[in-house]
Amino acid sequence: MDLYVYPEFEVVRNEKKCICCQACSRQCANLVHSYDEATDCMEADDSKCVNCHRCVTLCPTKALKIVKSDHTFRPNANWSQATINELYLQANSGGVLLSSMGNPQPHPSYFDRLLLNASQVTNPSIDPLREPMETKVFLGRKTPVPPLEANNTTAVPEPYNPDGTLKTEMSPQIELSMPLMFSAMSYGSISYNAHASLARAATQLGICYNTGEGGLHKDFYQYGPNTIVQVASGRFGIHADYLDAGAAVEIKMGQGAKPGIGGHLPGKKNVGQVAQTRMTPEGSDAISPAPHHDIYSIEDLRQLVYSLKEATGNRKPIIVKIAAVHNVAAIASGIARSGADIIAIDGFRGGTGAAPTRIRDNVGIPIELALACVDARLRDEGIRDDVSLVVGGSIRSSADWIKAIALGADACYIATGALMALGCHLCRSCHTALCNWGIATQRPDLVKRLNPEIGTQHLVNLVHAWQHELKEVMGGMGINSVEALRGNRLMLRAVGMTKEEMNMLGVKMAGESA
Amino acid sequence: MATIDAKGLHFSALGEQLRDLAGHKVRIYNCLGQRYIAAGIKDITLDIDGIPGNALGAYLGEGSSITVRGNAQDATGDTMNGGSIIIHGSAGDAAGYAMRGGTILIRDDVGYRCGIHMKEFGDKIPKLCVGGRAGDFLGEYQAGGVICVLGLDCGENESPVGRFAGTGQHGGRIFIRTKLLPAELPPQVSYRTATAEDKAILCPLLKAYADAFGANYETLVQDTYLLLTPNSANPYESMYVQY
Repeated sequence: MDLYVYPEFEVVRNEKKCICCQACSRQCANLVHSYDEATDCMEADDSKCVNCHRCVTLCPTKALKIVKSDHTFRPNANWSQATINELYLQANSGGVLLSSMGNPQPHPSYFDRLLLNASQVTNPSIDPLREPMETKVFLGRKTPVPPLEANNTTAVPEPYNPDGTLKTEMSPQIELSMPLMFSAMSYGSISYNAHASLARAATQLGICYNTGEGGLHKDFYQYGPNTIVQVASGRFGIHADYLDAGAAVEIKMGQGAKPGIGGHLPGKKNVGQVAQTRMTPEGSDAISPAPHHDIYSIEDLRQLVYSLKEATGNRKPIIVKIAAVHNVAAIASGIARSGADIIAIDGFRGGTGAAPTRIRDNVGIPIELALACVDARLRDEGIRDDVSLVVGGSIRSSADWIKAIALGADACYIATGALMALGCHLCRSCHTALCNWGIATQRPDLVKRLNPEIGTQHLVNLVHAWQHELKEVMGGMGINSVEALRGNRLMLRAVGMTKEEMNMLGVKMAGESA
Repeated sequence: MATIDAKGLHFSALGEQLRDLAGHKVRIYNCLGQRYIAAGIKDITLDIDGIPGNALGAYLGEGSSITVRGNAQDATGDTMNGGSIIIHGSAGDAAGYAMRGGTILIRDDVGYRCGIHMKEFGDKIPKLCVGGRAGDFLGEYQAGGVICVLGLDCGENESPVGRFAGTGQHGGRIFIRTKLLPAELPPQVSYRTATAEDKAILCPLLKAYADAFGANYETLVQDTYLLLTPNSANPYESMYVQY
């Protein structure tokens, strides 16, 4: 007999309000609700509920709510209820625990202990409602490219042509209306309608979304100028037209939710056009191995960077994305010397469509610290302007975004927040492929629940709201260009941090003067 | 036919010339280690004298064909989408990495991880044929396509492939012209002697190899082949517990 795990949530139905319309039963892909003809009552199987709020939201009489069960083990500060239940599941199955979305553990947030500056009296603030505020940024290498013939990345290139004129040719750049992008989520891990929403919103906003490693559906080539195409270890959906379609090519080396391991799209999500776009047999797992099997060093990485530059005629910036891990600064320094134009770093709270729970919850470091130490290291080595830095995992609000820019980010990636704008309720069940909101599923009846027009509008609303907030904060600081906020750590002060933490972040204690 | 003397030419300069010559027949001579030759080019006919560097024909397009009069280095045909690459010699590691379409014919040997992560969808099936021997991890993580290793210089008691052939294989087929089982075959790979039916997909590839290098097709077709296929299209599904 299996060890019994009591349901985490309970469905509470107000029988006085319930009209037995069975909307809940039709809406729930997890098959929680059912109608009992004999008693003329709705019933619920709590054990199947993932707490996604689909039924709660769509119940016409608002008769439903989901509560966390108060069923308990004997309280134990060391053995939490979750830990005990997870142990039982593993004893029953012998399986690696699999979960999705970002790390939910109560690790400390550094963003929450950083506070922003504002002007008073002596350095007047700027009114963004009246004055122009520049939020446009360009991502890519800002310094001249070292001469390739020398094949020496440390050589300082000659800034003048032989005839004495100044060299003015720039490396390719991504132009963004504001330093924000939607980060990589593959077609397969999320639905066609979710991708359509992200692509259209990115186009309307003048920013970019990212294909992830599932290839690019033929319908979305039209959004190419606002698309970043990804190349990962599975090399799914990659061909010359795909590489050429985007504003940039991203090499995925790692992901914050699962540093050091690959991914695999289960066969049940690898169906129809998903399999066709990835070019893998339908129904078979789409496996992305942990490493790229041709990359074991910075020199090897350089080879992939340059093969992509060659394949795109040197017209696209190349991004290298890594997870924030212990030696991130040294790794980033190597990447900056590999020929990459942009480094993307994903913090340990970054989301995922599926990751082993223990890795998601325990591997990696906070993005705030990774960003601060990479930015400092690249400055120390005099190569900061050879690359742009993009960070994600987890930027939850414009406040996190603004603080990340002040810590040194050229731009931020958001994904969990973007999915929430599309209706995600953070039930963290993406890996079951039964997303009731039509986002992390490929079941046609579920996918059609996400209306791309409404989805696009919600994304545009969210990002515009954040842009307004960015402008308000910048104005308050007396800054009228976001470029002047980048790496401006004097705009940050720490509360509740040790000296070592402040030192690592390069910020002063609140109350300390400049 | 355009000709390019590659002596002392940087890969970047060579790449630029080749992109301008798309749609043409081009002969490159004095080739010595230039990487990424013809990367992403959709329509070019290349004849190369010398030794091209790593990632020859990466992301190669459907209308392209490359012939090398010499050996090739690592990652030949990396993520190749179509067309053909014919090597009159040996190729290094990871030849045919993540190949999606087209044909690679290698007269002699290949290094480790040949055909790793090959794919297929519908009738688009990449094919790779090696006349000599292949190193360890042949067809690792193979998701589709056809890999064939002939071991033409192998004795009866030698396997033409190294250890761990087909590790993580979850699609495609590996044909090996041998009666011997490769060393340390992983558990997710099943094997059988190829039947006439199995060989239907192999025959055109053997014909192409024989035509390219003057081998005897009739004898090759008659020989015994070991066929490796995956036990499961979802080899790691049972590893996890969802909650």
